[in-house]
Amino acid sequence: MMPTLKLAWQSLLNRRITALLTVLAIAISVTLLLGVEKIRTETKRSFLSTLSGTDLVIGARTGPVQLMLYSVFRMGNATNNIDWKSYQHLQQHPLVKWTIPLSLGDSHQGFRVLGTDQSYFTHYQYGDHQPLKIKQGKVFTDIFDAVIGADVAKKLGYSLDESIVLAHGAGKTSFMKHSDKPFTVVGILAPTGTPVDQTIHVSLAGIEAIHLGWENGVPAMGKPRVSTNQARQQTLEPKTITAALVGLKSKVATFRLQREINEYKDEPLTAVLPGVALAELWSLLSVAEHALLIISAFVVATGLIGMLTSILMSLNERRREMAILRSVGARPVHIFSLMMTEAGLLATIGCLLGVSLLYLLMLITQPIISNYYGVALAITPLTHYEWLLILVIISSALIMGLIPAWRAYKNSLADGMTIRV
Amino acid sequence: MLRLSKRKQTMMSDAIIQLQALQFAWKPNQPVLHIDELTINKRHKMFIKGPSGCGKTTLLALLGGILKPQQGQITLLGQDLTQLTDSQRDHFRSEHIGFIFQMFNLLPYLSVLDNITLPCRFSQKRQQRIKDKQSTPQAEAKQLVATLGLPENVLSKPVTELSIGQQQRVAAARALIGGPEIIIADEPTSALDYDARKSFLSLLFEVCDAHQATLLFVSHDPTLETLFDNTLSLMDINKAASHHLSGQDNIHLLKEVG
Repeated sequence: MMPTLKLAWQSLLNRRITALLTVLAIAISVTLLLGVEKIRTETKRSFLSTLSGTDLVIGARTGPVQLMLYSVFRMGNATNNIDWKSYQHLQQHPLVKWTIPLSLGDSHQGFRVLGTDQSYFTHYQYGDHQPLKIKQGKVFTDIFDAVIGADVAKKLGYSLDESIVLAHGAGKTSFMKHSDKPFTVVGILAPTGTPVDQTIHVSLAGIEAIHLGWENGVPAMGKPRVSTNQARQQTLEPKTITAALVGLKSKVATFRLQREINEYKDEPLTAVLPGVALAELWSLLSVAEHALLIISAFVVATGLIGMLTSILMSLNERRREMAILRSVGARPVHIFSLMMTEAGLLATIGCLLGVSLLYLLMLITQPIISNYYGVALAITPLTHYEWLLILVIISSALIMGLIPAWRAYKNSLADGMTIRV
Repeated sequence: MLRLSKRKQTMMSDAIIQLQALQFAWKPNQPVLHIDELTINKRHKMFIKGPSGCGKTTLLALLGGILKPQQGQITLLGQDLTQLTDSQRDHFRSEHIGFIFQMFNLLPYLSVLDNITLPCRFSQKRQQRIKDKQSTPQAEAKQLVATLGLPENVLSKPVTELSIGQQQRVAAARALIGGPEIIIADEPTSALDYDARKSFLSLLFEVCDAHQATLLFVSHDPTLETLFDNTLSLMDINKAASHHLSGQDNIHLLKEVG
């Protein structure tokens, strides 16, 4: 069947404009399909690795998805807090190895402020058990020290020793500012591609200090403002925190502790397994993901139908070509394989071009995506699944190619060497 | 030499094409071709004449193995085509017969060289014959082009840059490459003017002689007849044609033969 490969190629070159458009249509659809697939797997990977190493996330009684949203993704607000005593009880629990307190509620220029302690920098892990790294400076030690995420530093152009004022509430524009107690940036974290990048970290004591003299979320009426120095004199132990991350001594005990916390007598608490909750959260988003995949599959089908149309349309004007080929010794089988080769060539070149286009796009957008979204788009070779998709596309093209090939075969049987135009 | 005699046995060794009691019809009871006997000898140049619709195209399709007769025998080079399967006949054609058509003989997307060497892609035997001469298809093409009076630089040109006369010579070169024993030309000169026809024919004769090929030349142009060794009037030997064309249904028949 070798003579037909070269012939099909030369015949396609002769019709290069139609062929190029067909190839382009297939290429773009392949790029779209693989691109959607890449984005899907990348976002899923990045999403599911937002938090790792943590065995339980604990908050006030709420749904698991809700708890994950506000404690890990720092979206929305907690309806209830955890009592500090409950947290201390948890800290001393014999099954517990470490805990990280999380206190949310303030913001700075639209970025969330998280009150926590040193354990955050030692135990918090993301991705494949990667700990947080300080890129510049150090972790907070003073009450009014702040450690900012990579995105915060980049977007607001902050460097070390920058003085920042926190605002009450989570909105971008807040009228309630803690302007009397500014914080100093003492550390900048390396980018993680997780919500940590968009967070400003301060000590729990700092959160307490700025709220001294506040009642019900506003500065208390008629009371004098508490100055920075006055604040330093006071015991700044929090009364409540928003949530806590817990690491256990043994994973085996996870369910036991979860049940224990869920049945905690002193206050209603919720403990969730982050992996399970993340997967649950992802399944909410996967509707859109599947819709995208289905749409791109249809685009691929459109591309292939375009190819089918162009080959079928060319058949009539190529009857002379077929007759000449028959006269020089081509058998109807050759004509059949010529048409099949053509479909195969168009689809294969289309796929190759589509894949190249995909990688080109990824190379171009990689810095942009990591800049704006903090997601490090890994440029990886095609996965087995992606190869399978390409294989399916080429096979579909060949199956579709059977239609014009069969028609050309029948035509060449009927026409013989007679040139009918 | 055309033999309608009963003494064909003695000429067996010289015969390259033999038809016997050949009958072909597109539709039952409407025969298009009915030839009792026809023998064409090796290395002859046969002019086959006849008006449109007398069965010329059908005869060529039968000789080329594209069609199969309902009755009779077609023996080419001692091989009865009617005994072969469709694909065996295709194979036989590609090995032993070269075709030249009226016009648009060439594939526009191939260079002149690729057009000429095209039959070698489909036929092992043509390749082998060239090999036996210790030559290559490219060298053969070059030589044929030279014999046919075309400049050598024509080989690399796209077909579309050639005049009709040049294209027909390229078609002749393609028919002859790899040394098929039979060349069938179906009105190859009809698009040429008289002088071009004559020069094309003399070149064609020359190259057929050089390759020891038998030439079947179909045309309805009587002015060319004198240039050939032999003439065959299809009207005279085709019983079906003479019968039908004398009747009222000429037009009907014309359509069928296409």
